[in-house]
Amino acid sequence: MTALLRTESLTAGYGAAPVLHEVDLDVNTGSITAVLGANGAGKTTLLRTLSGLLPATHGRVLLDGKDLRGVRVEEMVRRGVAHVPEGRGVVTELTVDENLRLGGLWRKDRADVRKAMTEVYELFEPLARRRKFPGHQLSGGERQLLALGRALVGRPRLLLLDEPSLGLAPKITAQIMTLLGTLRDRSGLTVLLVEQNVRGALAIADEAVVLALGRVVTRGTDIDDEMRHAYLGF
Amino acid sequence: MFLTFDGLSRGAVYAAFALALVLIWRATRIVNFAQGAMAVATAYAGFEVSAATGSYWLGFAVAIAAGLILGAVTERVVMRFVDHSSPLNGVVVALGLVLVIQGGLGMIFGSEFRPAEAPFSRDAFTVGGVALLSRFDLFVFAAVGIVVVLLALLFTRTHTGLRMRAAAFAPDVSRLLGVNVSGMLTLGWALAAAVGSLAGMLVLPTELGLHPNAMDIVFVSSFTAAVVGGLDSAIGSVLGGLIVGLLLSYVSGYLGATVAPIAVLILLVVVLLGRPGGLFSRSAARTV
Amino acid sequence: MSGKMKIATIVAGVAVVVVLTLVFPPFRTYQLATVGAYLCVTAGLTVLTGLNGQLSLGHGALMATGAYTLALSVNAGWPLTAAFAAALVVTTVIGGVVGLAAARLRGPYLAGLTLAVAVVVPAITSTFDGTFNSDQGLSVALEPPPGTVTVEQWQAWLAWGAALIVLVLLQLLIGGRFGRELKAVRDDETAARLAGVGVARTQVLAFVVSAACAGIGGALFAVLAQSVSPGAFPLSLSLFLVMAIVIGGLGSLAGAAWGAVLLVALPALAHTVTEGIDAQRLEGNLPLALFGVTLIVVMLAAPGGIAALRPFKRSPFKRSPFTKAGLRPLRKRSKA
Ligand SMILES: Nc1ncnc2c1ncn2[C@@H]1O[C@H](COP(=O)(O)OP(=O)(O)OP(=O)(O)O)[C@@H](O)[C@H]1O
Ligand SMILES: [Mg+2]
Repeated sequence: MTALLRTESLTAGYGAAPVLHEVDLDVNTGSITAVLGANGAGKTTLLRTLSGLLPATHGRVLLDGKDLRGVRVEEMVRRGVAHVPEGRGVVTELTVDENLRLGGLWRKDRADVRKAMTEVYELFEPLARRRKFPGHQLSGGERQLLALGRALVGRPRLLLLDEPSLGLAPKITAQIMTLLGTLRDRSGLTVLLVEQNVRGALAIADEAVVLALGRVVTRGTDIDDEMRHAYLGF
Repeated sequence: MFLTFDGLSRGAVYAAFALALVLIWRATRIVNFAQGAMAVATAYAGFEVSAATGSYWLGFAVAIAAGLILGAVTERVVMRFVDHSSPLNGVVVALGLVLVIQGGLGMIFGSEFRPAEAPFSRDAFTVGGVALLSRFDLFVFAAVGIVVVLLALLFTRTHTGLRMRAAAFAPDVSRLLGVNVSGMLTLGWALAAAVGSLAGMLVLPTELGLHPNAMDIVFVSSFTAAVVGGLDSAIGSVLGGLIVGLLLSYVSGYLGATVAPIAVLILLVVVLLGRPGGLFSRSAARTV
Repeated sequence: MSGKMKIATIVAGVAVVVVLTLVFPPFRTYQLATVGAYLCVTAGLTVLTGLNGQLSLGHGALMATGAYTLALSVNAGWPLTAAFAAALVVTTVIGGVVGLAAARLRGPYLAGLTLAVAVVVPAITSTFDGTFNSDQGLSVALEPPPGTVTVEQWQAWLAWGAALIVLVLLQLLIGGRFGRELKAVRDDETAARLAGVGVARTQVLAFVVSAACAGIGGALFAVLAQSVSPGAFPLSLSLFLVMAIVIGGLGSLAGAAWGAVLLVALPALAHTVTEGIDAQRLEGNLPLALFGVTLIVVMLAAPGGIAALRPFKRSPFKRSPFTKAGLRPLRKRSKA
C-alpha cells in the first residue's frame, strides 16, 4: 500500500507557541485512520493544518507524494480532499439542498453531482425530508449528517472528519461508521477520523494515532489498556 | 397622485442604493459609508464621457462599468485589509475613502454643480389634467426593476450566486468546499458599487446636478431605507427604499423640500429605536 | 503620568500658548485660537470614541448647535459669558437626547444615525429660516476686546481659556472611576454590566460630556468667525473631527491636542503648497484628500485597527491567520 497522505515533522499553532509538535503521519490509500486524544490534544488543529486552513510553521504535508505547501485551501477539494470541520460545517443560512449543492459546485461532471446528491438523500433519510429547510432549523445530528453528506457529494479520495459522532444518536453513529467502512471497501476512500467515540472508531479503523499535547504518543492497530488509561482517560 | 408616483420613482432609486448597501453588509458586515462618494465619482466619469461623445448611453455604460471596477478595486486595495475586531474600523476606513474621493473629485472637477442630463423628458404625462409620471420616471422603474430581478436571479438561481451567499455566511466552510471566497467578496463589492452607480445616474438628474457631495443626502436616505427594511434583508431594503421615497415625496409636497431631510432623520430614529432589526424582521429583539 | 502631573502639563501647555499669542503675528494667533477651539471638540470626541467606543459622525452638528446658540444669545444682547453658558446648556440637552438614542445603538447603526444628524443641519437652518436665516446664517456682533488687546489675542485667550477648563475637567473625569467605567463598557459590555457598571448610563453620560465639549467648541467658532452659517459645519467637518482623533491617537487628551493641531496645520499646509500655482480647485480639496489617505493608511497599518491606536494599550484581540490572509474568521452566526 502507498501513503496517500503523509506529514513530516508537521508543526503548527495559533500564535507564537505551537500546538502541534513535529507530527509524522502516514495514511495509506483506502484505509481508515483514527485520530484519538483528549480534549485539547490538537486533533482539530491537525485537520485544520492538513487542509491548509492553518499554515504549518514547520514541516510539510504531502498528498500523493506532492508537497501541499502553497496550495490554497479552496484548491484542496479539487485534489480530492474533503474536510468536514468540527461542529459547524453547515451553512445555517442556506437550505439543506443548497448546502449539498455547494459540495459539488466545483465539479465539472454535473450529472455525477446530481447522482451523488441522490445517493446522499438515499443514505441519509432525515435530510431527504428536509430539502427546503434552512440549516438553522436542523437538529444537531441532522447538521452532522448534512455536513458529511455534502462532503460525499464531492466524491473525495481523502475524507478528514472531525468528530462526526458529535451529537448523534448511537445508532446513527454506528451507521456512519459502517458507511465509512463500506466506502473504503467499495471505492477505496481514505479517511482520517477524529473521534471521541474511541470504541466506535477503533472498530472500523485500520490504524489509530493517539495525540497528546500536540505530539503523536502512540500509533498502531491496537490501543492497549495502558495507553487507554494514560492518554484517553478510560 | 403625482406625489405618489414621484415618491415611488425616488423610492426606486433609494431601493437600488439601499440594496447595494445591504449586499456589502451581508457579505462583509461593513456598511459602506463611501458608497455615495463612489457613485458620484463614477457618475462624473459617465457624464464626462456623455459630454465628450454626445451619447448619453455610452456615458451610462461607462458609469456602470466604472462602478464595477471601482468596487472591485476598493475591495482589493482597501477593504480587504480592514481589521474586523471592531466594527468601527470598517466605518472609519470608509470615511477615509469618502474624503479621498470627494477631495479628488473637487480637485479634478471643481466644487461647482455641473449639469447632469436626463436621457428622457422629466415632464410628467397628464391624464385628464392630472400630472402623473414622466418618461424618466418610467426609465427609473424599468432600470431598477431589471436590476432587482437580475440580482434576485443571480443569487437564487445561479452557481455563482450560491457561492456568493455561502462565502458571505461561512467563509471558512466555503473555502473548504472550493469556493474562491476572496473572489466572491471582490465580485460582491463590484456588483454593489455598480448598483450604486446606477442609482447615482438615476438620482443626479433629479437633483441639483453633479457635485462631489451630491450623494450625501441620498446616502442618508438610502441608509435609512436599508435600516427600515433591515440591513440583512435584500427584499426589505427594496421595500424600505419605496417607503422612504414616498415619505420624502409627501413631506416635500406638503411641507416643503427643506423639511425632507428632517423627516428622514426622524424616520431613522424611530425605526432604530423601535425596530432595530427592520420593520419586516420577525423579532424586534436584536442587538444592533 | 499621574493625574496631577497631567493637569500640570495641561496648564503649562496652555500657558505656553498664551505667551505665544503675545509674540505671534495676528494671523498665527488666529490659527492658535482655532486650534484651541478644535481642541475642545476633539478632547470631548476622543473621550466618546476612544475611551467609550462610540463613533459619532455628528459632532459637526453639535458644534453648529453651540455656534447658533451663542450667535442668537449674543444678538439678543446677552453678555458673552451668558451666551457661552446658553450654548453649553443647549448642546448638553441635545447631546443627552442623541446620547439616549446612541446608547441603544452599536457600530455602523450609530455611525449612520449621527451621520444623518450631521447632514440635516442645513435643512434645519432652511426650515426655520426665520430664526437661523437659511444659508446666509447669522453674524455675531461682539463687543471690542478690553484695553489694547487685539481681536486675535482676545479670541485666542477665550479659546484657550475654554480649552483649559475643558481639558482639566475631562482629565479629572477620566482619571477617576468614570474613566474606568468608560473603558470597561468599551471593552466588554457584558463584563462591565456584570461588574455593576450601568452600561447605558455610562454611554449616555459620555455622549453628553462630549456634546457639551463640542458645543463649547462650536460657540468658540462663532466667536472666531464672528458669524455662523450652515456652510461652516458641513459633513466633512464631522468626518475631519473623527480623522483628527484617530490620527492623533485615540483616547488620550494628548492625541486630541495633536488632532486639533492637525486640523489647522494640514489645510494651512495645503494652502501654502497651492499658493504659488494657479490651482483654485486644490485649495480645500487637497487637505480633504490628504486627510483621507492618511486615515486609511493609519487604519490599515495598525494591526487591530482602532484598538491598536490607543496609547499604551494593545488590542486585546489576537489577529487570527484569516485576518492576515484578508479573510474574516468564522463569524458567530455560522456556528452550528
Ligand atoms: N483558534 C485558536 N486560537 C488559539 N488557540 C487555539 C485555537 N484553537 C485551539 N487552540 C488551542 O490549541 C490546542 C488544541 O486545540 P484543538 O482544537 O486542536 O484540540 P482538540 O484535540 O480538537 O480538542 P477537542 O477534543 O476538544 O475538540 C488547545 O490547547 C487550544 O486551546
Ligand atoms: Mg477538536
